[in-house]
Amino acid sequence: MGTKTVQKLDTVTIRFAGDSGDGMQLTGDRFTSVTAQMGNDLATLPDFPAEIRAPAGSLPGVSGFQLHFADHDILTPGDAPDVLVAMNPAALRTNIDDLAPGGTLVVNADAFTRGNLKKAHYEQNPLEDDSLSNYRVFRVPITTLTVGALEDHPLSSKDKQRAKNMFALGLMSFMYSRPIEPTQRWIESKFGRSPDIATANITALQAGWSFGETTEMFAHTYEVAPAVLPAGRYRQVTGNQALAMGLIAAADRSGLPLFLGSYPITPASDILHELSKHKNFGVRTFQAEDEISAVGAALGAAFAGNLAVTTTSGPGVALKGETIGLAVSVELPLLVVNIQRGGPSTGLPTKTEQSDLLQAMYGRNGEAPIPIVAASAPGECFHAALEAARIALRYRTPVMLLSDGYLANGAEPWRIPDVASLPDLRSHAEFATEPNADGEFWPFQRDPETLARPWAVPGTPGLEHRIGGLEKSDGRGSISYDPDNHHRMTELRAAKVAGIAKDIPPLELDDDEGAELLVIGWGSTYGPVRAAVRRARRMGHKVARAHLHYLNPFPANTGEVVLRYPRVLVPEMNMGQLRLLLRGTYLVDARGYNRVSGLPFTTGELVDAIVEHIETPRVPNGANTGATT
Amino acid sequence: MSTLTRKDFATDQEVRWCPGCGDYAILANVQGVMPDLGVDRENIVFVSGIGCSSRFPYYMNTYGFHSIHGRAPAIATGISATRPDLKVFVITGDGDGLSIGGNHLIHAMRRNANLTIVLFNNQIYGLTKGQYSPTSEVGKITKSTPAGSLDYPFNPVSVALGAEATFVARSIDTEREHLSGTVELAARHEGTAFVEVYQNCNIFNDGAFDLLKESPEDNQIRLEHGQPIRFGADHQRGVVLRPDGMLELRDVADVGEENILVHDAHREDPGLAFMLSRLAHQPDGPTPIGLFRQVRRPVYGEQMQHQLDDAVDRRGEGDLETLLAGPDPWVVEDAVTG
Repeated sequence: MGTKTVQKLDTVTIRFAGDSGDGMQLTGDRFTSVTAQMGNDLATLPDFPAEIRAPAGSLPGVSGFQLHFADHDILTPGDAPDVLVAMNPAALRTNIDDLAPGGTLVVNADAFTRGNLKKAHYEQNPLEDDSLSNYRVFRVPITTLTVGALEDHPLSSKDKQRAKNMFALGLMSFMYSRPIEPTQRWIESKFGRSPDIATANITALQAGWSFGETTEMFAHTYEVAPAVLPAGRYRQVTGNQALAMGLIAAADRSGLPLFLGSYPITPASDILHELSKHKNFGVRTFQAEDEISAVGAALGAAFAGNLAVTTTSGPGVALKGETIGLAVSVELPLLVVNIQRGGPSTGLPTKTEQSDLLQAMYGRNGEAPIPIVAASAPGECFHAALEAARIALRYRTPVMLLSDGYLANGAEPWRIPDVASLPDLRSHAEFATEPNADGEFWPFQRDPETLARPWAVPGTPGLEHRIGGLEKSDGRGSISYDPDNHHRMTELRAAKVAGIAKDIPPLELDDDEGAELLVIGWGSTYGPVRAAVRRARRMGHKVARAHLHYLNPFPANTGEVVLRYPRVLVPEMNMGQLRLLLRGTYLVDARGYNRVSGLPFTTGELVDAIVEHIETPRVPNGANTGATT
Repeated sequence: MSTLTRKDFATDQEVRWCPGCGDYAILANVQGVMPDLGVDRENIVFVSGIGCSSRFPYYMNTYGFHSIHGRAPAIATGISATRPDLKVFVITGDGDGLSIGGNHLIHAMRRNANLTIVLFNNQIYGLTKGQYSPTSEVGKITKSTPAGSLDYPFNPVSVALGAEATFVARSIDTEREHLSGTVELAARHEGTAFVEVYQNCNIFNDGAFDLLKESPEDNQIRLEHGQPIRFGADHQRGVVLRPDGMLELRDVADVGEENILVHDAHREDPGLAFMLSRLAHQPDGPTPIGLFRQVRRPVYGEQMQHQLDDAVDRRGEGDLETLLAGPDPWVVEDAVTG
């Protein structure tokens, strides 16, 4: 036909929503992959339930995948979808409120049966009343069309129905002018061993595309031109993939073998999965019997001379706390990766939050400071992992690397770094080979510049020594209960961590001439905060912005930056943890925008918070616990 | 390094156990075995948790790691899994190994990590000054159980056999030769070797093993591979496997020598070894001492290394550039605009 008009758009946000068993994550992932290869900038937000398969058709079983893509650089997965694909009534019910009025709704009309409507608590069919009149609704019998297209395929009716997500993908690919060939190739390689399944999925995908092309339902198709991105080679990457690659790169650049001790936990497990695939890089992965063993084995591996890592989420860090304290005491390099999720306790396993900052800072007995690095975007997890490894190795200390559920599962185009440009970590990974104190080996004789102790690994003749969690004498490292020695060792451990401030970049300030408000964030709020500040400036407001990649120690100029502005706003997906640290450290009257919904901030809510903070007169040192204070 | 002697394995640290503690004898014994192992000092690592026994690494002039309560098997697994070239010992106690660290202990054994685990069992918490332990007898009066403990105790050898450790033995702190021989055999085993040592705590649980020490002939059932299991001053008692599948202690004269069970430590199935361990749940009667089980099973760290080698054989050494590029990279040229 080809007679449809083509509309050019600069940005689109699509959300695929369906039952957990409907393959929505896969559908979103494929759409994303093709979109990335078309050169659009993009950000994604997978949003799925903790249950593997809640009862089919039920509200808790709804799984969603939101993708924001554009012809310019974008910073968030989009506040609200422009297009909602709802595969059943439950998906419609749980997502329709997010669809902007006038938005496009594509529903699988076949799924709106009496049974499914009841499961979604609909008393009457929303496709048949006027409750959706604010939207452009496309009622597509996706299941019927899919099964029809597969009429001659040797599959059970159930298996045919399962291909309906590919039909939906084909249809959306047509609407948004995405080619389906890359997905065909992907299906062929993925289901190569089950040719019937592969053929059926490809047929359904093509049928979806053809349906869009032939039906008169859709008058327009849309195009989103490639974004202007810095030149280079790109790939699509999720935060967990990038983090895993960062760890392998750190091992490569330090010349140390990588050891991961881990215990399965959402949303960190994908790092374990990813690293276990790369044994030809000398990567050893150890799925331990519990979180404590995972970090214990990692610490043992560090003692034995590995680049040692443990990956987990907040509940796991709680269990690892004692061993992290031991690592502080024995001063061995250890990376602790926390992919934060909603808490407390089991909380919201599949949802994002950044509420483990204070746990990272203080979640150990005794005076046990550790450096903290936080990733800010999916691709940036790569560099954050390299940097955390650098600090751990150079300073012989456990380092906490904070990511979160949003970064972990969110995808974006990532400019592939040139291997030669990555930092060389070999000098930080040198083992002691010789006695260092008049023919003896003193394991706590420190490097005067970094205060790091020598790393003498078993197998080195003449350097046999004992370490442990009891207090050690300064230098010699024997057990010591001497009062002054304990105080001195406590100060030395603190000074070592504090001294890292000299070795990290200063806090970068995105100033706005005349701004009275500074918005400062950390972690995955980077994108939303930047987008919100950008929008507030377009609205005519003066707003300065800064983002902390290092939470302990803070960059050396942090005090100078936060004290420069009469107003400081700290948006966090927690109840004010960075705010507490900034206030405590710099006596700054920082205020918070705090919300823990399990979802990343929307640009809109942050713009509102920024405007409110600019316009509302301030009571000095007022209460700080509300949503926007 | 055959020129090393026991003294080369002693450190300058002052030994801080109570005078009369059974730990001294075990330390002397282990130090004595070291030169015979033929392993260079720098390739030996002692790892411990918390408790009286866990001070052990400070007194061994090797690499050592005194860690935290119960975690030694986990830490040691990380060492041995990444460094198959090292000889790694774990020193633990009944509280450290079977209570707070019970989970790590059983998992290390089922994996068959290359570890020699020596568990000092004194049936009491010593360092925390006298609470009942997971091996204390029911009804034990201690500071934390003035009315008697309610917990049914573990039999450490039964636990180790239940976890299918590939080497399981029991010895006694004061039985010098037996202890040395057992530790050496354990240290030479490939995989996880578990040795329970009955160890006297003369402060909080003195005399717990006196029955076995005072009348060894009558109360130590020495297990020797390939030998009929007999004990008593004249070897007049023996272990018999009854038709109903149970073990029984009988007078040899009554049942005939040919009916005495011949010990087979190398049996693949741990069932019979487990039954032997059940002859005495606690050392309050004739108790089996010696090697219960020694079988071969692939060693964890070596298998891990094989998987790495295999991966390199099949796919070649990992190339970072290829990894970073992923399967579908694309190129953005300078100043491409929509």
